[in-house]
Amino acid sequence: MSTQQPPMPQAPAAPDWQAAPGGAYPGYTSPIPVVRTHLGHALASEWTKIKSVRSTMWTLGVFVVLVLGIGMMAAALVKAHSGSESLSGQTPLQLGFFGLLLGSMCIITLGVLTTASEYGTGMVRTTMTACPSRLRVLTAKAIVFFVVAFVVALAASGFVAMVQTSMLDGVGGAKTPSGGDWLKATLGISLYIALLGLFSLLIGSIIRHSAGAITIMIGAVLAPLVIALFMATQSLNKVREWLLEYSIPSQMSVFYDNSLSSSGPTGWDPLWIMLGLAAAAFAGACALLQQRDV
Amino acid sequence: MIEAVGLTKRYGDKTAVYNLSFQVRPGAVTGFLGPNGSGKSTTMRMILGLDNPTAGAVTIGGYPYRKLPNAPRQVGALLDAKAVHGGRSARNHLLSLAQLSGIPARRVDEVLGVVGLQEVAKKRSKGFSLGMGQRLGIAAALLGDPQVLLFDEPVNGLDPEGILWVRNLMKALAAEGRTVFVSSHLMSEMALTADHLIVIGRGQLLADMSVRDFISANSADFARVRTPDTEPQLREKLGSALAEAGGHVLPEQDGALRVTGLALPRISDVAHEAGVRLWELSPHQASLEEAYMRMTQGAVDYRSTADQKAGLQQPLPPGAQPPMPVPGQGQPGWYAPPPPQQGGQPFAMPAPGAAPAGPYDGAQAGGHGAPGGPSAGAPNPYAQPASQAPQAPQGQAPAPAAAVPPPAPQQAPVAAPADLTKPEDPR
Repeated sequence: MSTQQPPMPQAPAAPDWQAAPGGAYPGYTSPIPVVRTHLGHALASEWTKIKSVRSTMWTLGVFVVLVLGIGMMAAALVKAHSGSESLSGQTPLQLGFFGLLLGSMCIITLGVLTTASEYGTGMVRTTMTACPSRLRVLTAKAIVFFVVAFVVALAASGFVAMVQTSMLDGVGGAKTPSGGDWLKATLGISLYIALLGLFSLLIGSIIRHSAGAITIMIGAVLAPLVIALFMATQSLNKVREWLLEYSIPSQMSVFYDNSLSSSGPTGWDPLWIMLGLAAAAFAGACALLQQRDV
Repeated sequence: MIEAVGLTKRYGDKTAVYNLSFQVRPGAVTGFLGPNGSGKSTTMRMILGLDNPTAGAVTIGGYPYRKLPNAPRQVGALLDAKAVHGGRSARNHLLSLAQLSGIPARRVDEVLGVVGLQEVAKKRSKGFSLGMGQRLGIAAALLGDPQVLLFDEPVNGLDPEGILWVRNLMKALAAEGRTVFVSSHLMSEMALTADHLIVIGRGQLLADMSVRDFISANSADFARVRTPDTEPQLREKLGSALAEAGGHVLPEQDGALRVTGLALPRISDVAHEAGVRLWELSPHQASLEEAYMRMTQGAVDYRSTADQKAGLQQPLPPGAQPPMPVPGQGQPGWYAPPPPQQGGQPFAMPAPGAAPAGPYDGAQAGGHGAPGGPSAGAPNPYAQPASQAPQAPQGQAPAPAAAVPPPAPQQAPVAAPADLTKPEDPR
């Protein structure tokens, strides 16, 4: 009915509406100062959100317990049972791998929940109404989550590495880790795990379903390695090797120099691989977020 | 100021909203009505930029929502009270929203006070009752002190005190010159709160007018006439006399007559001339609810049928009478008043270019409310065979004349108006 009317109310219609008490167009002006919002506001908001739900405390708490508990148990076991040459050529840092591999599941869960739980609860409608710039919301979530995950992973992996080296110093002919070894076993693996979590966060944003996204991510971490183990056929050797070398646990082990094979990624390569994956997922999540209905 | 132009939304092959155009003006409470599934929430989501329209556009103050500078300071919305993370406390939920739009944190405590949730501000919203959740949603809408407010079913689950509070809040907000757009199913509530109404059915505009116009255009005030029960022939006599005098007479189930088209004094005169005594002659004013029911009766998607328990009941012993059905259960013709003119349009809408007959009559091509619209020549996607609507309920529900033993022989014509007045859930 109003298709023919221009946006502003026309003269005939206006008096009708201004008759309402105090209803002078253009209406109400709030006394609260209006500020121009930017990413900083979204970051503050996401920080409030991530610290005010219990799932954050639970997943990060379990992560720390797994990393420290398994790391120290492994070190204690090795110390109790090692002979004089049993650790020759290896560094004590390698024992941190088991805890971090299991702990990465917690980071994946938290990453998925950061985005997908908003879809599960419907909170995302409230968020997107409060901030129609959807990319800003996703970027803020990604930054806040990445920083939180990285700091926690760095603290946990750094602490467990220090405990392990001090426990196993000189035990079984273990070699003293170099500065590069230290950097990879703390900073490198923490960045890698935080990026893995970030990738999960973006998958959560794409899938929009917590359980589905967590299942996909855990499958993506574990399945390639398990499949490769049962790939006995000669003709599939190439595939098997690729799966073994590039599965996520194998990539993580590269940071400890105990990879399953010698031809796969080395040094800091896994970090660049995961960075590329996360960047691709970010682009995909952004494109979907912009065009999909919330 | 909210303005929608040709708004259309399709989900796959289901059209949720079709060619909807309306304006919501500041300084008044505008009610948004429609049956379940008629596209109210979809429209609200499109206004807020959450869903992208398939065609058309909706703007707030001249901008699409997603292009509004600092949107939450201009528009506040309560879409779904449960759209919060249940693990977060009420205060943290509001704080995160305040931070997102650069609103000072002390405003959070302010709105918590406004909605009366200070006591439970630190509690997780998972444990909130429906009414408390609703208050939290209203708090989020008020947070930015915006000039445009959208509320989807704001009084759901509120106690009477809360309903009164919301009613006064809406009016106060509108009186401050804000645009207030409220959807609700509670007609009595809308009649008290809204100044203007936008009614949609099956995704199309049915009406856009003030509450007073809406009621007068969509309801026939009628007179109820009752003749002595002891002399049924008097009733027939009066009925024919009134029909001769130019009135429309419909018998009601309890034996009264429903008369339209004649003023009360005239009815009395006719009765006097015919020598018929009257036991009742009462004016009946239609309510907003009745007007709404009539307007939307053709556009209701989810309609209740009588609970027949077919094949589940013990066969009645011979000679026993089946119980009277409770009024309101898929029973045609007991509630809705007769249309303003028999056989005419089911509702009236004095808008320029309105289709001459209702959009659901089926015979009409082109969507109602879309004169000159994109599909003026195309078939109406909601067109139905004209006979479908009245027939469906009859097939499902036992016709009263057949199922209920008529208490008096004069009761037989009761079944006749079933075609005119379709069944309606009274709530």
